[in-house]
Amino acid sequence: METGLPARPGSGSGVGRWGRVPRAEGAVPAVAMGSEPGGCALRPFSCELGPLGRPDGSAAFLQGDTSVLAGLYGPAEVKGSRELYDQATLEVLLKPKVGLPGVFEKSREQLIRRTCEAVILGTLHPRTSVTIVLQVVSDAGSLLACCLNAACMGLMDAGLPMKSLFCGVTCALDADGALSLDPTAKQEKEARALLTFAISSVERRVLMSTTKGTCSVEELQRCIAAAQRAADAVFRFYRDSIHRKYSKA
Amino acid sequence: MKETPLSNCERRFLLRAIEERKRLDGRQSYDYRNVRVSFGADYGCCVVELGRTRVLGQVSCELVSPKLNRATEGILFFNLELSPMASPSFEPGRQSELLVKLNRLLERCLRNSKCIDTESLCVVAGVKVWQIRVDLHLLNHDGNIIDAASIAAIVALCHFRRPDVSVQGEEVTLYTPEERDPVPLSIHHMPICVSFAFFQQGTYLLVDPSEREERVMDGLLVIAMNKHREICTIQSSGGIMLLKEQVLRCSKITGVKVAEITELIQKALENDRKVRKEGGKFGFAESIPNQKISAFKMERAPVDTDDVEEQAEEIITKADPPLDVFAEPILRLPGTAQIGEGIENSWGDLEESEREEEEESNSDDVTASEDQKMEVEEINVVSETKKDDPIVLSDSEEEGVVILEPEKTSKKTRTHTNAKQENSSSKKAFNKKRKKKRATR
Repeated sequence: METGLPARPGSGSGVGRWGRVPRAEGAVPAVAMGSEPGGCALRPFSCELGPLGRPDGSAAFLQGDTSVLAGLYGPAEVKGSRELYDQATLEVLLKPKVGLPGVFEKSREQLIRRTCEAVILGTLHPRTSVTIVLQVVSDAGSLLACCLNAACMGLMDAGLPMKSLFCGVTCALDADGALSLDPTAKQEKEARALLTFAISSVERRVLMSTTKGTCSVEELQRCIAAAQRAADAVFRFYRDSIHRKYSKA
Repeated sequence: MKETPLSNCERRFLLRAIEERKRLDGRQSYDYRNVRVSFGADYGCCVVELGRTRVLGQVSCELVSPKLNRATEGILFFNLELSPMASPSFEPGRQSELLVKLNRLLERCLRNSKCIDTESLCVVAGVKVWQIRVDLHLLNHDGNIIDAASIAAIVALCHFRRPDVSVQGEEVTLYTPEERDPVPLSIHHMPICVSFAFFQQGTYLLVDPSEREERVMDGLLVIAMNKHREICTIQSSGGIMLLKEQVLRCSKITGVKVAEITELIQKALENDRKVRKEGGKFGFAESIPNQKISAFKMERAPVDTDDVEEQAEEIITKADPPLDVFAEPILRLPGTAQIGEGIENSWGDLEESEREEEEESNSDDVTASEDQKMEVEEINVVSETKKDDPIVLSDSEEEGVVILEPEKTSKKTRTHTNAKQENSSSKKAFNKKRKKKRATR
């Protein structure tokens, strides 16, 4: 049992109208501790590209208090039995913070692996292996989406060729059917359904979806549409952080 | 992945440099790398960076029954994991010698030195005690894992808060963090490991070896000490023979280093405590410096979801309606059902020899019933597998094959020719080795 802080008050969720808030580049997020995350807004994002020296590519991705560290090795040597003659062998490892990885982590690994496989141009590097290791640094809601984002940033940092970028967005549907994006741990617990989508940067197509709980077909389509909107913000964040990193090159 | 071997010229270069009292990163022989401690939003979560070696530590607690021979003491559990991201040579799931050595050293340093008061972890003697679990993950390997791990462990333990428990007679009340503030663990002292690498049979010594230096060293001496200059653990490995003066000199250096590191840890803990009390921002997001070019932050981004409903409705109205046609399952036998009929065999009449070859490749699939059975995809609900009869054939290699009429129809299978029919019978073992099946038309 982990002790944590007293949970922050969640906001009432609802599909409302929000104006565009001008973003200050690189500034400390002016968000007080008690502000409401979720609703129809994404929590403050931060990322650090290349914090680790040993892996070929690494990225630390933070969504509010949820934080995932991704380390990538590839294209590298592959063991004989696992070698594929025409493309790269992709392996994803998800390490939880406490305890040994179990079946839950394995299923998440496969979801992430399938998403990455759809996007990485593995045929350019046959007979090699690409290993993505994701370490959960803290979990405060929408963990799978954070893992997907960290994986994509790690792939970009490593410079692996990809067909498109991808991002992860989690939607939560509460008992009244109100939609909230990027839910916190408290919102996830109270939600009736949790849907996570991996959205591609090309035409915002859906690469992967996984749901927990019940929802109607209309609600599913609403969530997909909302996730596609949110993906715009995430891809803008990717672009800005990469732009910042290479601005001194 | 195999570790890239160290080339001979690199090895020679490092050793020559050490002989001339030079290190690759410009440090002196007794210099430590920069230690940086950052805390997460949860209590008991910290990341320690020793140069580029990075360790994540998390402490968690659970109420369990105590060990039988220690009924009034809590349980401490340490687990150091070498994450595959730390080095390409760390493979998941393999208990390497290095891992065992590090775990054992960490246990000796923290558990046997009694730095945590385990008696205070007892809730109800003999029934319920706290089990404190320390999980350490190595994120980046740049040498001197044990030092970074020991610092991470003790920092995480000092930072951790466990839920408050009150015992009134027979009643035990466990308060959630919302009801009562969690309480810190009672820690007597903070043992910290310092490593010394020896080269050229003990002639040269380096404090806090980096990864390259570790590869060329002859032996390693690890001393764990607290700020009161009490040695908690000492271990020498590698088979180097040290003189008494060398060991004493190392322990003096350790005393100095531990004092510095302890002061740094105390300052970091104090800062974090102050920030939390004043209600400021804390967590890993705050520890990423703004000025770094490789770091980027974005504020809370609102997402416009106004026309989401219209878009969703549009998609649903344009989409094809779901198919209402479902194939009815046909129940053939108890425990056997069939959905779908399959399609016509388009292979036509095959040669006898091809037939025989295909026979061999026909596995334990259950036999077909009528002629002209073809490639069929079926979803079978089979409780037992039904196999073919091992039919005794004549020894002659003649190609005439007699085809038997099946008695009852059972599942269809992927068979090939239309001239063939297999026997369908229940529960007879099918001999896979070369036996020609006989079937009558």
